This record gives sequence, structure tokens and C-alpha cells, in this order.
Amino acid sequence: MAKELWEGNAALAEAAIRAGVEAFFGYPITPQTEVLEHFSKRMPELGRVFLQAESEVAAINMVYGAACAGARVMTSSSSPGVSLMQEGFSYIACSEVPAVVTNIMRGGPGLGNVQPAQGDYFQAVKSAGHGDFHMIVLAPANVQELIDLTVLAFDLAEKYRTLAMIVADGSIGQMMEPAEMPPMRPVRPPEERPDWALTGAKGRDPNIITSLYLGAENLERVNLRLQAKLKKIAANEVRWKEYSTEDADLLLVAYGTVGRICQTVVREARRAGMKVGLLRPITLWPFPSKRIAELAEQVRGILTVEMNAGQMVEDVRLAVEGRCTVRFYGRMGGVIPLPDEILPELEKLDAECR
Amino acid sequence: MATVEIPEDMELVYKYPESLTERHTHYCPGCTHGIIHRLIAEVIDELGVRERTIGIAPVGCSVLAYYYFNMDFAEAAHGRAPAMATGIKRVSPGKVVFTYQGDGDLAAIGTAEIIHAANRGELITTIFVNNAIYGMTGGQMAPTTLPGQVTTSSPMGRDVETAGWPIRMAELIATLPGAAYVTRQAVFDVPGIRRTKKAIKLAFQTQLAGLGFSMVEVLSTCNTNWHMGPVEALEWAKQHMVDYYPLGDTKVIDEVKALAKGRK
Repeated sequence: MAKELWEGNAALAEAAIRAGVEAFFGYPITPQTEVLEHFSKRMPELGRVFLQAESEVAAINMVYGAACAGARVMTSSSSPGVSLMQEGFSYIACSEVPAVVTNIMRGGPGLGNVQPAQGDYFQAVKSAGHGDFHMIVLAPANVQELIDLTVLAFDLAEKYRTLAMIVADGSIGQMMEPAEMPPMRPVRPPEERPDWALTGAKGRDPNIITSLYLGAENLERVNLRLQAKLKKIAANEVRWKEYSTEDADLLLVAYGTVGRICQTVVREARRAGMKVGLLRPITLWPFPSKRIAELAEQVRGILTVEMNAGQMVEDVRLAVEGRCTVRFYGRMGGVIPLPDEILPELEKLDAECR
Repeated sequence: MATVEIPEDMELVYKYPESLTERHTHYCPGCTHGIIHRLIAEVIDELGVRERTIGIAPVGCSVLAYYYFNMDFAEAAHGRAPAMATGIKRVSPGKVVFTYQGDGDLAAIGTAEIIHAANRGELITTIFVNNAIYGMTGGQMAPTTLPGQVTTSSPMGRDVETAGWPIRMAELIATLPGAAYVTRQAVFDVPGIRRTKKAIKLAFQTQLAGLGFSMVEVLSTCNTNWHMGPVEALEWAKQHMVDYYPLGDTKVIDEVKALAKGRK
């Protein structure tokens, strides 16, 4: 298929449609409302389900219901709305039904603003909801990746019967770029829904989907099963991209929008004679800790750049375990760090680690 | 379960519903959940829809309802059963979907979900069990607790000046265009139980006919947390609850009326 000009949010919705999503439940919130709007037009055309819910709380519980029924389903929101969905994330994770959610992050805390930010890293990666669980967290840095990772999110969610979240920010959601859509996958017919799904107990014992396990040993068994699954995901699904790391003695670690900006920083730093490389995590959970640890043996110092007060840098430090110096640079409130301000931070690190 | 041969000159008129499992419930002695479970099971049997019915259990005393119904079941987060039911029904239009909810679940934490599900005319059925108290957490004030009623969180009796008034959900839901059949019944005596069953059946028939949202509010008791004996609780409910929560239909659209007539 040829490249077309796509706006990020619409591309995300269309990619989900191409991936065979059967139902979308959502609530408007800037800067991702175009996701909902695209679905509102396309889903009825295709005879699929679109419903604007009364709140994000309701939307995620509709997703939970449809997922229990074995349908391919998703919702989308932005930071404050995602906070409201966290109750549902926890139930979905414990019930082990597959679902895809997106967070087109905006500035926070509170109502914050509608500018692009990465303040929800901790929420996505460390505390998706109450109880012990992780979501698979995918972080695209451009519209094409947003499309590709949306398709991947459905496949991973179903493969592991878990939640997969795409985290982007308002600038990826609202920018327009040439990108290629995947071909349309056929929608799975209702009679081919998974055998664990709630489809009516016809000729079989009833299926029960619950997240309630009374008795400590009972619940611990479930916890251990969930943890074993997460371990498997962590072993198999780590994804990242590297730029100019072969000979690098300084490393940038950044994801999403600022990860893309850091590609420019690498070029400019190299022009200035610094041997800088970039590792851009694609999966924020599971985190590319092993690769960062390897690179920490090779480089003198690491600069983590984020659009927040320093969140992913904690995971970088955990991976590095003191092997080299780790520094952080970030902007908040929706301010996007630019190469002109990142470069001097690299120079400082360079001087510090000489 | 023991099976008995039915002699040729006799007819089987009463049996254990196929839609109930044989598991003993965890409900307190004297609790009316068991009666309401059975009525639903009998109706689902009579309509022949057990194999395409999906139930949704709430948070509250009936959180484990899925152990007692012999059909596919989901367990919702507190108050979210109508949203979950919406998700299930929208992707499985041929199935029969019902929620089973208590007063805290439906009339407090899940108020938004029930009102909007009803307003959209979701083709689901809600059985709303109102016993004017939070049972599972040990007898706290519910949105439906009567004025002056003593609970562990209204130890001086519900003061409407500070705690607000009990909510009449059947009347509230009846105002919504998407609601096709809404009624309030009580299981305080045998005639009431029979009327409740009739209402539950009509509610499921409303769903099967695609007429809109249906809800049966069932006035119920909680002798344990009311600190009464079961019989005393039933008497207390008759004397006090029915005054504030009048029995009868609050919404029956013409198509449902026709359905009710056609059934006779």
C-alpha cells in the first residue's frame, strides 16, 4: 500500500480497524479526541461497534465486558482520562482478558494542559492500577510507528491475554506525516471466539470470568501465574531502536517524541566531534534493561532525556547499576526539549566523565 | 442430586432449576438473595435461554452469584455491571445479558453506569436488590437506607439533613426514554414472590423482544445487619420500606404491555 498523509490520532484508529478491532468504547478528551471521531465514522460503516460512553470509567468497563465476550476491543484516552480507567485496567489484568488501551499523554498533574508531555511514564510502567501487574507499554516516536505498534498491541494482548497500552503524546497524536497503512485483516467471526470467552454455556460447563479469589493461597496462585506470564513477556517482547551506538562513548536514552528529537541531537553532536549514540526504548515495559546494561559497559556516561521531571531515568539507573554516570535532562508542562538545550547537557556530561 | 422416576399418572410440576448450580450459597439464614436467585433461574429455564445467557455479578453480598447460577458469568467492579453488560451485549447481540446488583452498587457508586445504560436503551435486564443497607461490609448506610434507620455508619439513624434522602431508583430510571419496563416488587411474602417472578419474566421478555432496557427493583431484607430475626425483618420491611418505596410498575411502554397481555 502506498504512503498517505495521516494525522497520528486518525492513523491510530484506522490501524486498529485494519487490525480487526470489533468494538471501540471511549470518551472525548484532548489531545486524542480524533481517535474517537475517526471510529465514530468508520465503525458504523463497517458494521462494527462504536459507543461514546458516559465516562472513562464506563468506557473501560465496556471494554472489559466486550473483552470477556471474546471480542477484539480497545479504548483510547489521555492522561486525566487514563487515571479514571485504572480501576478497569486492574480488573482486566487479573481476569486475563486481552484489551488495547492508548494514552495520548498531556501535561499534568491535575487537569494540567493539553500540550504534549511524558508525565505518565510511572503510571503506565509502574502503577497501572492497584495490585501486582504490568501492562505491555509501547511507545511510538512517529506516525508510522504508531500504526505498526497499534497492530502489534492487539497481537501481543491476545497472545498473552493481557493489557497492551500505547503511550504517545499530543504531538505524535496530532502531527501529520506520510505513513503506510497495513492491509485490512478480516474480523474474527463471533463463532470463532476463544473457548474461555463468555458466549453462553451451550454444550459446555459455564465460563466464569472474575478477579475475585478469596483465601490468601488462592489469590497467591493467581498472582504467581500472572507473574510467570509477565516474566515470559519480559523475556520475549523487549523492543528498542539504536542509532550510532557501535562506536559511541556517550549514550542518549529517550523515547517517543523526545526520542525522535534525540536522533537530531546525535547528528549534531557527531558533527561537533562527540561520539554519541541513542537508545530509544519501544517497549517501556518490558524495559530494555539488558541492552542498556551492556551499553553502560561501553560508554562513559548516559544522558536520559524526557518530557517530565525524570521518570524513565530511574529504570535507566536500575539497569546501569553504577557501571557509568547517568544524568537527566527534562522539560515539563508541555515544553518540548530542543536539540539546542540537549546538546549543552551532553557537553556537560562529556566533561564530567572525561 | 437424587433423581426420581415419575409415575405415568403423575406430572412433574416443580423441580430444581437447571439454571441454578447445586452449590450451597454463602448467604445468611433468612436472606432473600436465595429466593431472588431462584426466581431468575426459573425464568431463564422457562424461557429456554440458559445456554445463551450471560450474567454479571456485582460487588456486595451477591459478589459470588456466579457460583450459584449455572451459566456464563462475569464479576464486575463495584457499580460497573451495566457498563460491562453494555460491552458484552454490543458485541454479542444474540445473547441474553443481565446484571444482578445491590443498592450500594447500583444506587451509589454505579449511579452513572445504570442511568446511562438505561438511557441508551441497552437491551439488558437489571435485577436490582434493595435491602436498604450495605450487607457485605457489615451494615453501613446505603443510598436507600430509610430516614432515621440505624446503621453502623448512621449510628443515630439516617439524618437526611446531612446524609440526604433515600433514592427511589425505579422512579428515577422510569423517566428515561430508553427504559421500556421498570417495576418495583418485594419478596416479603408468597404473593409478592409470585409477582416478582412474573415481573422478572416480563423484564427478560422485554429484552428478548428488543424493546429496550428493563429493570426489576426487588425490595429485600437483611435480617443480619438489621439485627432482627428473619420473620421480624420481613414484617419490618412490609411496615417501613413499602411506604417509602411503593410497589408496582413505574414504566411500561405499550409494546411491553402488549407482551404482557400476549403471554396470558
